[in-house]
Amino acid sequence: MSDAIFSELESESIEIIREVAATAAKPVMLYSIGKDSSVMLRLAQKAFYPGAIPFPLMHIDTGWKFKEMIAFRDRTATEVGFKLITYTNQRGVAEGVGPITHGSAYHTDVMKTEALKQALDLHGFDVAFGGARRDEEKSRAKERIFSFRAPGHRWEPKAQRPELWNLYNTRINAGETIRVFPLSNWTEADVWAYIRQENIPIVQLYFAAKRPVVKRFGQWIMVDDNRLPLEPGERPKILMVRFRTLGCYPLTAAIESNATTLDEIVAETLGAITSERQGRIIDHDGAGSMERKKQEGYF
Amino acid sequence: MDTLRFITCGSVDDGKSTLIGRLLYETKLIFEDQLEALKADSKKFGTQGERLDFALLVDGLQAEREQGITIDVAYRFFATPRRRFIVADTPGHEQYTRNMATGASTAQAAVLLIDARKGVLVQTKRHSRIVSMFGIRHVVLVVNKMDLVNWSQLVFDEIELAYRRFAQDLGFETITAIPLSALEGHNIVYRENAAMPWYQGSSLLQWLETVPSEARQAAQPFAMPVQRVNRPNHGFRGFSGRIGSGSVKPGDSVRISPSGVASRVKEIVVGNGPTAEASAGQSVTLVLENEIDASRGDVIATASHPVESADQFEADLLWMSEHALLPGRPYAALIHSKSASISVTHIKHHLDINTGAHLAAKTLSLNEIATVNVSFDRSVPFAPYHENKRLGAFILIDKLTNETVGAGMIRFALRRAVNVHWQALEVTKVARAEIKHQRARCLWFTGLSGSGKSTIANLLEKRLHAAGKHTYILDGDNVRHGLNRDLGFTEADRVEKIRRVGEVAKLLVDAGLIVIVAFISPYRAERQLARDLFDPVEFIEVFVDTPLAECERRDVKGLYAKARRGELKNFTGIDSEYEPPLSPEIHLRTIEAEPEACVDQIVHLLRSYRWT
Repeated sequence: MSDAIFSELESESIEIIREVAATAAKPVMLYSIGKDSSVMLRLAQKAFYPGAIPFPLMHIDTGWKFKEMIAFRDRTATEVGFKLITYTNQRGVAEGVGPITHGSAYHTDVMKTEALKQALDLHGFDVAFGGARRDEEKSRAKERIFSFRAPGHRWEPKAQRPELWNLYNTRINAGETIRVFPLSNWTEADVWAYIRQENIPIVQLYFAAKRPVVKRFGQWIMVDDNRLPLEPGERPKILMVRFRTLGCYPLTAAIESNATTLDEIVAETLGAITSERQGRIIDHDGAGSMERKKQEGYF
Repeated sequence: MDTLRFITCGSVDDGKSTLIGRLLYETKLIFEDQLEALKADSKKFGTQGERLDFALLVDGLQAEREQGITIDVAYRFFATPRRRFIVADTPGHEQYTRNMATGASTAQAAVLLIDARKGVLVQTKRHSRIVSMFGIRHVVLVVNKMDLVNWSQLVFDEIELAYRRFAQDLGFETITAIPLSALEGHNIVYRENAAMPWYQGSSLLQWLETVPSEARQAAQPFAMPVQRVNRPNHGFRGFSGRIGSGSVKPGDSVRISPSGVASRVKEIVVGNGPTAEASAGQSVTLVLENEIDASRGDVIATASHPVESADQFEADLLWMSEHALLPGRPYAALIHSKSASISVTHIKHHLDINTGAHLAAKTLSLNEIATVNVSFDRSVPFAPYHENKRLGAFILIDKLTNETVGAGMIRFALRRAVNVHWQALEVTKVARAEIKHQRARCLWFTGLSGSGKSTIANLLEKRLHAAGKHTYILDGDNVRHGLNRDLGFTEADRVEKIRRVGEVAKLLVDAGLIVIVAFISPYRAERQLARDLFDPVEFIEVFVDTPLAECERRDVKGLYAKARRGELKNFTGIDSEYEPPLSPEIHLRTIEAEPEACVDQIVHLLRSYRWT
């Protein structure tokens, strides 16, 4: 990876972020604490330097994030100096919705998709940045960089606005919103190489360490605390594991790895034989499940 | 290592998605879990029997997998040790041309697929014309399914010859033809000698690794549209943007368009610090030496080569909406970072995209291409598209629905904007109105046929005249026989009618008169067009609100009866839509008030707001 690629990818992303700042009434950047969000945050800092980021960052807290992630989030907000908004779906909290009791699909629907829609409506945000990349999944590969949402946050994959050149149509009517994906053209390998080049701080869970895990759905699930009830007689194993992607605990599986440095992670990513979303339990709900979730308003 | 963005296009069933699936597979970009999913999908949706159906790797939407076709452009990524690639896999169906255009607009090279059994088809020609129009200069002709023609050199040579003959006027710098089998994987990564010993050229991947990615933009003079002014505090003021062409260093002399103001570059900020030089494609923030006024949409360029500005252009246009393009109708436009209002003033010719013939046209429908004259409502900095894509490309947006409806490419500026100066007159509009002891205004009456527009307008004029005001009425009936004699009742003609009447009203207002226009003017967009001709306070929209049933009951001229019998086509309210004003300055409800009372209401409002 040479600087030239980053100059191009970085410049395109910065252009996208600036375009929103120049045209949106009330933008927000969705911040999920993961590696992609960390890269997006760095790009936003660069886009407005020496000024501060002119919009808030928002974290949709499902109540099921790793403890380490929440601590990292709060520390980063203070260090970088951005305005942080957090939101949790109180209806879900009242009903005790969780991935173990209610299943991954329902949990994701209530605590992520519904929560996100509530939060956007509550604050009246008209444009929301997300860190999704086109190489992640097939329906994402089809999505525009400026992805228009009808009232109710619905995505109509068959009626996407044509998106020509770098001319982004940011005009919307009342009730409509736009999701913007500055990292659309980045790959997983690009993200890691950029983190290494720029020395971007990321959650330690991405680095391999000895962690307690149990086998669920054929994958290693980390025992972060007592939110994960153990089966009778089940004893967590201590293994060298790390995470390629960080979603909701315990919906994100760890992989066995000895990669403890960024160089080792990059090398491992380039040689990987499975896709990163393989560790995301929700993607396995059925063919086209991501497309359906996106239509309903999932990021 | 650089990045090449390329587009793949071809007709239905040419095997485009299969080819890309193959490229990803052969360059080891398919992960194990994706391969597992592919195996499952191949059984469920596949068209290749027991074999893997690589097309399913790229057709991502449910509707696409069910129908076995590509609807929307999909972006795919792969890399070899030599290059990084972004593939835009675009649909072949004519009805999804706009999605193909989305892919073509950012591509530097095109892979055109041809089925060896079918040869050069109408679709091949259509795709080639679009690729050419969007300025792609390097094309590879992939003659696929060679396995189904017994790897015949004769078949391949004939197709190549036919294509070269067809494409000689399309302005491609290079055309390369490669015989290939996506299904078998021949000539994709390596040249396959066993099946086609007669072919001595490069494989597709070799071509992709070596085709020139655009370097021309970098060699041009420096130009950068201002995307956003960065002014976080009083101590810093920078102009953020992405460099469109050339390169820039601190100390360089620059000039802002359209203002023409000159300055020098003091500092270039890239990311989180200053840099010694920046070039085309980079997002930067420029700090200039003196405090000059520049805003979003202006262009900063090398002082010796400032960017020209104009408001009227000849351009190529691809129409992308189900609703036809109407010449004269104002649309929102975005050209680099500049927002403006735009209208198509003349369709020079419509290109038959299948045959290449130039046809006459009054409107444009979905996926049609034309050469047109356009007029912006202000002067915009630009460069011809073939010289600089970033400064020559623009989009059109419907002002009501906000959908992106057109993609335009500037050919050249029409010199009218520069050469024909508006005659600057010593006696001003205000002076002409003052001598009449009034303010010049345009009262624009809109409403259904028979709603009472003319009746109320006449009473109002009498009342104003009696009060010593200088007035004039433009009525649908009194201009039909002269000014608008050549226009009928089609949607396009109605737009032109309103444009003409609006322009005449504007001249009369300029003469200091109070002009009363009484026109059905059924479309919001055209009333907006008329409104935009005037200064904000000059235009007063009067909605003569009479329900359709009431107009039909009155039917003074017997027109509704005729329309109901089908003898009058495009009659507003019957078989043509009326869009009521959303916020007229004056709203008259004629069911509740007699004409004289309506006039009272108008006069009262004119007085209380000091409108006349």
